[in-house]
Amino acid sequence: MSAGSPREGQAQAPAPQDRGPAGNGGLSRISRATHLKEALLRNAFLVCACVAVAGVTLIFVFVGYQGWPIFAKLGIGEFLGGRVWYPTKGLFGILTLVVNSLLAMAGGLVLGAPLAVGTAVFLSEVASPRVREVTRPAVELLAGIPSVVYGFFGLVLLRPIIARVFGGLGFGLFTVWVILGVMIVPTIATLTEDALRSVPEGIREASYAMGATKWQTIWRVLLPAARIGIIDAVILGMGRAIGETMAVVMIAGNAPVIPDSIFKPFLTLTTVIVMDMPYASGDHRTALFGVAIVLFVISMIFVASIRVISRSRGEGD
Amino acid sequence: MRSLERVDKRLTNGLALGVIWLAAITTVAALGAILLYVVVNGIGSLTPAFIFTWPHGVNMEGGIWPTIQSTVYVTALAMLITTPVAVLAAVYLAEYAVQGRLVRTIRFAADSLASVPSIVMGLFGLAAFVEGAGLKFSVLAAALALSFLLLPIVMRTTEEAIRSVPRYARWGSYGLGATKWQTVSRIVLPSATPRITTGVILAAGRAAGETAVVIYTMGTMINAPLFPSDGGRTMPVHLMLLAQDGINLHAAYGTALVLVLMVLAFNIVARWVSRRNRSMQG
Repeated sequence: MSAGSPREGQAQAPAPQDRGPAGNGGLSRISRATHLKEALLRNAFLVCACVAVAGVTLIFVFVGYQGWPIFAKLGIGEFLGGRVWYPTKGLFGILTLVVNSLLAMAGGLVLGAPLAVGTAVFLSEVASPRVREVTRPAVELLAGIPSVVYGFFGLVLLRPIIARVFGGLGFGLFTVWVILGVMIVPTIATLTEDALRSVPEGIREASYAMGATKWQTIWRVLLPAARIGIIDAVILGMGRAIGETMAVVMIAGNAPVIPDSIFKPFLTLTTVIVMDMPYASGDHRTALFGVAIVLFVISMIFVASIRVISRSRGEGD
Repeated sequence: MRSLERVDKRLTNGLALGVIWLAAITTVAALGAILLYVVVNGIGSLTPAFIFTWPHGVNMEGGIWPTIQSTVYVTALAMLITTPVAVLAAVYLAEYAVQGRLVRTIRFAADSLASVPSIVMGLFGLAAFVEGAGLKFSVLAAALALSFLLLPIVMRTTEEAIRSVPRYARWGSYGLGATKWQTVSRIVLPSATPRITTGVILAAGRAAGETAVVIYTMGTMINAPLFPSDGGRTMPVHLMLLAQDGINLHAAYGTALVLVLMVLAFNIVARWVSRRNRSMQG
């Protein structure tokens, strides 16, 4: 930015101003102008940092303002606890959708988490540098593929295969689990790899020195040492899975019931918004914003629980 | 007994490492399957006419040019809005901030923002920018909503980039009498630029592939936006609508391929930037 001015300020600084204002830290031998400029910039950066806080607040305010009336009208119990989602009859119970979202998330996690942790262990402990050079970009690319492409892939390739093998149309929990399982791999794998890498090398050496095999070192030493990081990674993966929309809407089939089979169509918290938003109005639209509030709160709970877990680690060690 | 135990130990080790290999192979195979499927099915659609002409008719015959233009436009605008704010916010967190309640709040907010489901961000954009600020379905509304999604991503990569600049570089600068801002602007940021660039490019890839945010802030009308106040339909939205309606799968495959190629290009450029930087340092 203005390159010359601070130096000029320094050069002109007269002796009496040598000691800058208190609270200036290490920067005491500067002029008032330079000090002012530094303080101004510092505060400008602070404002930028606070945009994140403003963003969360704005989301809460705008989505909350649009969605709150449905809570007020039906009551929190009836909105969250109602089992029937039938907008044209004025029934806005989202319990079914919550259960479906949790089912989709749980299955995706059961498939995706072991795959991701295995891949992370592979990258950090097993792979030779050359193999790693190929595998890590693959994991990063998996993170970069747009969710709509995952959905499209699930719709045109995976769904017909599942329909042929298991019968039915191929829309359903099983298809969603497979796609979600792959989608959360990069989220969990990169963070787990970071956690494994932050385990000091000396601990590995100590384990090998005692005659442990590679697997014993991984299972008994490294994974326990990195467990907090792995738990954080899995929770973030859960957030990703429950918030995923475009991939799920294309392969879930979107029927507002709790499916009695993993090959039957179902509707989740995220997909109901995509399905209904184009034509919703009045209470229906308000209810969709209410669903968005629920999703927002769920994602905040995940983030807060990561924070609590990390803090307990800080006190425990 | 002891030799049996040793055999058992080796056997378990071999089996377990085999399972770990299997996990890694499955992950790579999943990526390979997606890429291969999209390329094999889309390559036939990928003609100059498909890329550079407009779609027409109820079946969306023809090309996808306006969706490419919309995607590039909204991605560029979103990055233009996000990058300065996110970089300066990261400068604050990495260089200026003192640990305390304020910094904890900012970090918690950034983490929360990063994990807000994109569909919620879409509805937020609809309520705040499209309707609240009266921007209608427009590139600007979509770019603003996207920038909230990208802010924490760019902030995080930038902060890591700044923190990876060696401390000696700062000490040298302070030792010469430089002020904090002089140190940050002339020493720290230039050394961190390649890694910041990598983060920005990867975030741009994320923006280009985003569907749920754009669909509620830019609309679905096929249009080649000229001004930020114009609406449009991006490639991911186009792909989603084509796939949902089940019409013209040919064009859907082609759109998916162009989209994947664009994301691949972003990733390769990001990798190239960071690799060039590494070889310069080493």
